Amino acid sequence: MIALLLILVPLVTGFATFFLKNDRTARAWALFASVATLAVVITGLTICKNDASCLSYSANWMSLLNSSFTVKLDGMGQLLCLLNAVAYPIVMLATWKTSYKKAHNFYALMLLAQAGMMGVFLAMDALLFYFAWELALIPMYFLCSQWGGEKRIAVTFKFFVYTFLGSLLMLIGILFVYSHTPLQSFSIEQFYNAKLTVGEEQIVFWLMFVAFAIKMPIFPFHTWQPDTYEQSPTATTMILSGVMVKMGVFALLRWLLPVVPIAAFQWGDVVTSMAVIGMIYASLIAIRQDDLKRLVAYSSIAHIGLMAAAIFSENNSSVQGAMIQMFNHGINIIGLWIVVEIIERQFGTRKISDLGGLAQKAPAMAILLVIVALANIALPLTNAFPGEFLMFNGIFNSGVTQYSKLFTVLAGLSIILSAVYTLNMIRKVFYGNTNELTASAVDISLNEKIALAIIVGIICWFGICPQSLLNLANDTSNFILEKANVLPLLKK
Amino acid sequence: MENVLQIVYWIPLLPLIGFLINGLGRNYLSKGLTSIIGSGTILAAFAMSIWVFLHVKEGGGYVAHYFDFISVGKLVIPFEFKVDELSSLFLLIITGVGFLIHLYSTAYMHEEKPAHFARYFSYLNLFVFSMLLLVMGANFVIMFIGWEGVGLCSYLLIGYWFKNQEYNKAANKAFIMNRIGDLAFLIAIFWIISKLNTVSYDEVFTAASLAKFSATDLTAITLLLFVGATGKSAQIPLYTWLPDAMAGPTPVSALIHAATMVTAGIYMIARSNLLYSMAPFTMNLVAIIGLATALLAATIAMKQNDIKKVLAYSTVSQLGFMFLALGTGAYVAAVFHVMTHAFFKALLFLGSGSVIHAMGGDQDIRNMGGLSGKLKITFITFLIGCIAIAGIPPFSGFFSKDAILLSAYIKSPIFYGIALFTALLTAFYMFRLFFVSFTGTFRGTEEQKHHLHESPWAMTLPLIILAVLSIIGGFVGVPEVISHGGDKLTAFLSPVIPVHEGHEVSASTEYMLMGLSTGLVLVMIIAAWFIYRKYSAKENTGLAKVLEHKWYVDEFYEAIIVKPLHKLGGFLNNVIERSVVDGLVNGVGKAVNYGSRQLRLLQSGQVGSYVLLMVLSMVLIFVLQFFLRK
Amino acid sequence: MPINYYIFLSLALFAIGIVGVLTRRNAIIIFMCIELMLNAVNLLLVAFSKMHHLQLSGSNAVAGSEGQLFVFFIMVVAAAEVSVGLAIIVMLYRNVHSVDVNFLNRLKH
Repeated sequence: MIALLLILVPLVTGFATFFLKNDRTARAWALFASVATLAVVITGLTICKNDASCLSYSANWMSLLNSSFTVKLDGMGQLLCLLNAVAYPIVMLATWKTSYKKAHNFYALMLLAQAGMMGVFLAMDALLFYFAWELALIPMYFLCSQWGGEKRIAVTFKFFVYTFLGSLLMLIGILFVYSHTPLQSFSIEQFYNAKLTVGEEQIVFWLMFVAFAIKMPIFPFHTWQPDTYEQSPTATTMILSGVMVKMGVFALLRWLLPVVPIAAFQWGDVVTSMAVIGMIYASLIAIRQDDLKRLVAYSSIAHIGLMAAAIFSENNSSVQGAMIQMFNHGINIIGLWIVVEIIERQFGTRKISDLGGLAQKAPAMAILLVIVALANIALPLTNAFPGEFLMFNGIFNSGVTQYSKLFTVLAGLSIILSAVYTLNMIRKVFYGNTNELTASAVDISLNEKIALAIIVGIICWFGICPQSLLNLANDTSNFILEKANVLPLLKK
Repeated sequence: MENVLQIVYWIPLLPLIGFLINGLGRNYLSKGLTSIIGSGTILAAFAMSIWVFLHVKEGGGYVAHYFDFISVGKLVIPFEFKVDELSSLFLLIITGVGFLIHLYSTAYMHEEKPAHFARYFSYLNLFVFSMLLLVMGANFVIMFIGWEGVGLCSYLLIGYWFKNQEYNKAANKAFIMNRIGDLAFLIAIFWIISKLNTVSYDEVFTAASLAKFSATDLTAITLLLFVGATGKSAQIPLYTWLPDAMAGPTPVSALIHAATMVTAGIYMIARSNLLYSMAPFTMNLVAIIGLATALLAATIAMKQNDIKKVLAYSTVSQLGFMFLALGTGAYVAAVFHVMTHAFFKALLFLGSGSVIHAMGGDQDIRNMGGLSGKLKITFITFLIGCIAIAGIPPFSGFFSKDAILLSAYIKSPIFYGIALFTALLTAFYMFRLFFVSFTGTFRGTEEQKHHLHESPWAMTLPLIILAVLSIIGGFVGVPEVISHGGDKLTAFLSPVIPVHEGHEVSASTEYMLMGLSTGLVLVMIIAAWFIYRKYSAKENTGLAKVLEHKWYVDEFYEAIIVKPLHKLGGFLNNVIERSVVDGLVNGVGKAVNYGSRQLRLLQSGQVGSYVLLMVLSMVLIFVLQFFLRK
Repeated sequence: MPINYYIFLSLALFAIGIVGVLTRRNAIIIFMCIELMLNAVNLLLVAFSKMHHLQLSGSNAVAGSEGQLFVFFIMVVAAAEVSVGLAIIVMLYRNVHSVDVNFLNRLKH
């Protein structure tokens, strides 16, 4: 029931928002709706924690195709639904002062995208998964193309075609697996038991992997991302980078590793190499960015690359690390975007070289940003540290590759590089003397302060007690690894 | 019954509370309140540390387990503290010296605005918290948390005056160089996990003594840990951040960049001495790097004109000595030197702070001279510090340095020779600094001369206490030859650092070594007196100029690492990203576009041509079908 | 009568239709040629249907009736096509005062 509500609440409230003609009402309604969704998630995590019937829901959908509307809130789903539900109120709060043309449409589309993402995280049926995947994409397309920056049309076109291409490949992959399931069904158990030869697994692997790699994105499928982040309205960018790209990481874990374990094992080294190269590549590029949004975008590519590398290391430490990192990275990057949004709204520019000395004028913002930025570079006692620690540990101790030490060292370089670009950004934007532009800067307003304070609270709490997140991830991780473990198969 | 030491978590918690109060209330607290909270929490922590120390001395160490920080599969990383002989000694140093420096800061930073004053104290408290975490952690991960935490505080405090971009750059440099070392530390942790699935000291060391590690593993782990230590403790090749770190306020230099944080590397190696003792290759490397750093930094210190820069290079050099001790197996000597160094180097830094305070912020010794008249207490205490660092008996530096020199001698006479030479350089440049700034005539402006004054009690009191400690601090480690049972430190630390029955040198050799070093040091001091008694600034040439420019190491790093990386980033951004990767993606789009434009030509609009095509294709299909069916 | 005659006749009709469609520009004539082709097919269907019926009527009373069914289909479709097609031709004539199909190429633009 909870799982169904998680989709229905944003969906229904989202459609309702279309009819609210008053901008202020629409905004308040959207905030209310997102808080309601959060309440549902929290109910699911507390009251219904051990009640399986409460967490899942199933209904007939397309029985001819053996596809049903089956949704379930499992451990990994809980993590990501929580992220999705936490992200929305924060985003709404932080962008409270931003006014959009036709705000009711804007908020309606945002909520619909949330419903789509919830669907992705909850779906236990491949067709439903695909359906939700697209449902999340389409509102994003409109959000970027209607409310974006100057070059929005070209950029969103690229974004849409690129991701849509991925989606279609994924659909082919899904149908291929579908035709090889024992009962000709789209249900996830059937997918896990699909009878595929090694050659077929490889085809399916690449069809689906490309879709997920584009979504995440990992090198070299990433070029839509910096442009899209740059051109989208910031609220959309927050959702895109905070929650939506996690769909790709999530899908790797739920729909790729357990479905085609042998191909994933065989191509693991290639994928990990891509991810590791991408990490260094993106970090080096980030050092040279002068645009705040692009800097954060490239930093995100580096972090996502680490998650991909960790997932393909296929052990308990790395997979659980990746799972909690999905949550934590989402929170942290939203924090960074909030600051970017504030700066852009106040000064009308995102160019790092035009800014400076903000710490004198806006100390609260500076402190909050520094904490978020430190979380972004995974300092201990911030939420990102346990995740990154476990992921690196997993990569180092990976049993599925013989290059684990090399991968760890190369990926580790990004730890150093991330410190370089993050600290340089802080130095250039916040420290030093003010210039003409920033001399009249004012500190952040209450709503932004609350939003950032919530984020900092989450950062500190999960930095000290990561175990509560890890407990959520534990069962799913074990389950996936059990399915993905091909070593006994290969020994035969 | 629960061990009383279970409550040791209050020791780091107190500074953390201080940090939170000062940090969150920085706009509301008065300076007085901030000082009381900031220093008071550290004083309370110091009091608890004494209590803990006494307990440990009576009843041995204890591991206090609190909760599981991370627990994944078989890997469990608990949040646990270990108080034993080694950590309780460090607790005393950190909280004791820390408190004195907090006290000193209340006067030194008095001109700051209240909000910034509180910010300063909150950072300082956070630093003490992290440092305590570092030494109290009972496993490598907790140590790493503190390890990165102190790096962060160092970053924050170096860049404390954030309006100056040069300072901020120094802060960034410190953090990033530390991160390089941290990466190696992390990999060492992973390596340990891969073998043992645990990071707790007790289990790791037990496993090591049971030969659970192969020789390769041990060498790799110890080497990686050592690389981590070179970052934090400013050794070759990662030492260049420390002199730049002098951009921070002087008490910070005293606390973080001399007395405590930079000794974290020594603590780490002393803590894992069991592993190191089994890795002879690493040991040799540690000794060589330590020695090389000591020598290099000492030569640079000879020609620096910034009072704090001299002290900074002296710190690097002394840290090199400690690594030499570690590398030659004299762990206790290293810890001993950490302790005495904390006293006299903090004293020297605080003394220099007092001088800078009097000079109105000027740090150039060429503008000083003859300060002894106006700054009596500073003058005397600074002199004590100089004597202590030069190593004249019975000042504290003598005993610890002598222990190091002795172990170097046992290892190899060449090591001893270089170490002794470095020690002589140390004496020389320290007294150069002393004579140039305190004797002769004043060379600064009239305004500065008018401004000269002795500092308030909150600054001189720590100086006096530290001076006393610098004098008597060495008596806990009097060599056995002088007084039997005088080496209390070795006995005290023996549960953590086992005493090795190595080949001893005879008493006469030991006396001879002591006499040699003391005599030569005295000669150096007298030489410095003659050269720098009446100092006047002049341009450096030749080798002196190279030394003044620190062997051009910074420029070298800039040219071979920073610039190429920067260029590579630009190349990737402008060429690869734009033209290759994005070009490929856009190329696909363009190809489709071009293809459809060509195909469009078929669509002529002539009905006849459509029909013809239709018929032709039908015929083609029939023909194909005719030939292909079989 | 053997089936061959029917086949040849319908082939001839069909070929005439094709040639007509390909060579003529008058829309009405093209139209008639299309009808001719359709009817050639109809003829063939009926012929085959009858043939099958004769061969299989012993076992199946309605054998071969599918072919005749299809003829009706085609006639209905053809009728619909005529109504739409003629309407297009009328519109074409109104616009360009000609029923030459080559004028239709302006639909391209």
